Amino acid sequence: MRQQLIPALRMTLVLTVATGLVYPALVTGLAQILFRDQANGSLIRKNGRAVGSSLIGQQFTRPEYFHPRPSAAGRGYDPLASGGSNLGPTSSRLTVRVRESVRRYRAENPQFSGDVPPDAVLASASGLDPHITPANAEAQAPRVAKARGVEPDRIRALIHRHLEGRDLGLLGEPRINVLVLNLALDETVGSR
Amino acid sequence: MTETGFLQIAVYFLAILLVTRPLGAFLAYVFAGRRTFLHPLLRPVERLIYRLSGIREDAEQRWTGYAGALLAFSLFSFLVLYLLQRLQGWFPFNPQAFGAGNVTPDLAFNTAVSFMTNTDWQAYSGEATLSYFVQMAGLTVQNFASAAAGMAVAIALIRGFACERAGAIGNFWVDLTRATVYVLLPISLVAALFLCSQGVIQNWLPYAQVQTLEGGTQIIPQGPVASQEAIKELGTNGGGFFNANSAHPYENPTPLTNFVEMLLIFMIPAGLTYTFGKMVGDTRQGWAIFAAMSILFLPGAFTAYISEQSGNPILAASGVQQSPSNLHPGGNMEGKEVRFGIAASALFATITTGASCGAVNSMHDSYTPIGGLVPIFNMLTNEVIFGGAGAGLYGMLLFAILAVFIAGLMVGRTPEYIGKKIEGKEVKMAMLALIATAASVLLFTGASGVLDLAEGSYINPPGPATGNLNNQGPHGLSEILYAYASGTGNNGSAFAGLNANTPWYNLTIGLAMLIGRFFIIVPLLAAAGSLAGKRRLPASSGTLPTHGPLFVTLLAGTVVIVGALAFFPALSLGPIVEHFLMHEMRVF
Repeated sequence: MRQQLIPALRMTLVLTVATGLVYPALVTGLAQILFRDQANGSLIRKNGRAVGSSLIGQQFTRPEYFHPRPSAAGRGYDPLASGGSNLGPTSSRLTVRVRESVRRYRAENPQFSGDVPPDAVLASASGLDPHITPANAEAQAPRVAKARGVEPDRIRALIHRHLEGRDLGLLGEPRINVLVLNLALDETVGSR
Repeated sequence: MTETGFLQIAVYFLAILLVTRPLGAFLAYVFAGRRTFLHPLLRPVERLIYRLSGIREDAEQRWTGYAGALLAFSLFSFLVLYLLQRLQGWFPFNPQAFGAGNVTPDLAFNTAVSFMTNTDWQAYSGEATLSYFVQMAGLTVQNFASAAAGMAVAIALIRGFACERAGAIGNFWVDLTRATVYVLLPISLVAALFLCSQGVIQNWLPYAQVQTLEGGTQIIPQGPVASQEAIKELGTNGGGFFNANSAHPYENPTPLTNFVEMLLIFMIPAGLTYTFGKMVGDTRQGWAIFAAMSILFLPGAFTAYISEQSGNPILAASGVQQSPSNLHPGGNMEGKEVRFGIAASALFATITTGASCGAVNSMHDSYTPIGGLVPIFNMLTNEVIFGGAGAGLYGMLLFAILAVFIAGLMVGRTPEYIGKKIEGKEVKMAMLALIATAASVLLFTGASGVLDLAEGSYINPPGPATGNLNNQGPHGLSEILYAYASGTGNNGSAFAGLNANTPWYNLTIGLAMLIGRFFIIVPLLAAAGSLAGKRRLPASSGTLPTHGPLFVTLLAGTVVIVGALAFFPALSLGPIVEHFLMHEMRVF
């Protein structure tokens, strides 16, 4: 092993430069030319100021906005602390949290009846999930309509316009981007 | 189970099947030093690396030299990565001003071992701990190097079978360089750019501050993510740039990137089965290995999917819809992202643990008991269900040696595999690897279960080490078992509720990773050296054919019985008993 030490050290350093500096620099250079917006975080600007990223969920609690999923990232949607709850299926803390969320969801959306959609009360893996399911959006539509003083059908039409289908018609699940939908609400419906 | 869910799994498997042959043939060309379409561009790079490192391309090594080179390279990889972390405050590309205070010595040890052994277990949270410089020049480098080293070992072992009465099994430095230059770098570059096009970030900007619609502020981490994401999957490493790993929208923004990342994970391990067949001169031998891996993979994928889709009766009783509809995926969505839903999450979990990748797009800790049993089982088989880049193939060949040995015992003949007599030395080396890894998982899990510290201890907070758990009851045992299975299997995924960033867990899991890496690699290289010296015998009427369904079944059975049965008692006390308790609505 001893006569291997010098080549080993040299190889480690050479590979560090090749794969640790040249390769990331090459990707960064090309990405900044080809996909500048995506490479810099898909930020959404309004009046010249960044209001969020179309890929990163943010907290909404007011009734006139659609609400995202519960988040375990920090105090909710904190990108400095991404992650899930890591509560297992037989955790009593999970059960208590879910029952409380179900109760609040029903109180906030009195026109909704029955069992709640799973994403409405179950926390995501990243804590930053930008999406909700169509079922969850539909359930919140009457509340948003009432808070904005418009017909629920106008809100439903907006949801429908922002529905993203499965990728290539097969992969993943249909979904709605909460921040993008709420921005569209502010623009087209306005607030009371 | 829904139709689209089933189709996603089927289409994925088909895609892997399609990529196996062309990639496998390409790998065989590369490692034989034959000209490929990339040579006009990359041959000068390869030669430059040899010149700068002082390596003679034509020098062949015996198994001892090969293993020595690998160990020396791993040692320096470890040292460089350890120092980079501890000294990160001195280096550029550090807009958040992270320093040594963010990385304690035991954490730096754990992380350095983790990335050097291709495990990528993470006891830290990337966005709050490491500078862009360490992520690139430290972690990304080891993502390449540890994968290339794994591939080199697989190729060396194949040469042991393929060559005739030879002393040498190749040159580690050459295999390492070729794997990096012709395979890992080009595929990563293309994949990274594709990921960028979909929204994965790639920049050196400071963290972005935005004002949210409701008037709050949100600080969004940035960084060179795509370049690391691509090799993280391709090299079956799995270490996330962010804490949430491939669940983070900046690492895995769409179902399409998710599909591509899953392809990257299995692509090299699957391709290497064909490389094996091609190098030993009988591609049926490679397809037999592929088939054995597949019949271990597909039932796991469907079991995890069906279990997660059926959901959790405790949640159903709490008023949460659990059966799918057109408007939502149903099932156990705790710890899963809406864009992936149930099928693409369960499939990813099965792939990432079958391969020793360990990237996660959903939080395994929140899986139903049986859904979580599949990843644990996959890791406990020593990561041979396609397995790591290189590690999957050499792990499966280890089981093939045992399978023909067991068959030989049954009929009373000296076992042969690929024309080589399997004798005492090879079987002893294979068993050494299996026993060392099983002992590592079970002993460390047991020790963590009973550890109870007095006031003022350094290695863990005082009191029982079970205080590090996030879940009580049987799920707590699963958290510990998962940690050591993941460390020993060089996987790196976690039941992440366990607080593993204490000296006790950092050091013992670090040790488990070293055992899981080198107690397999060194014995296997010894076996390769011994096999290389033997003559290749022509098949006779008494030879067990190792390319038919009989052998495939035998091989898969050996993996399940020899590899995983040792853990059955531990699994009964963890996920299996939790499954029954969940259906009795018991919580802890």
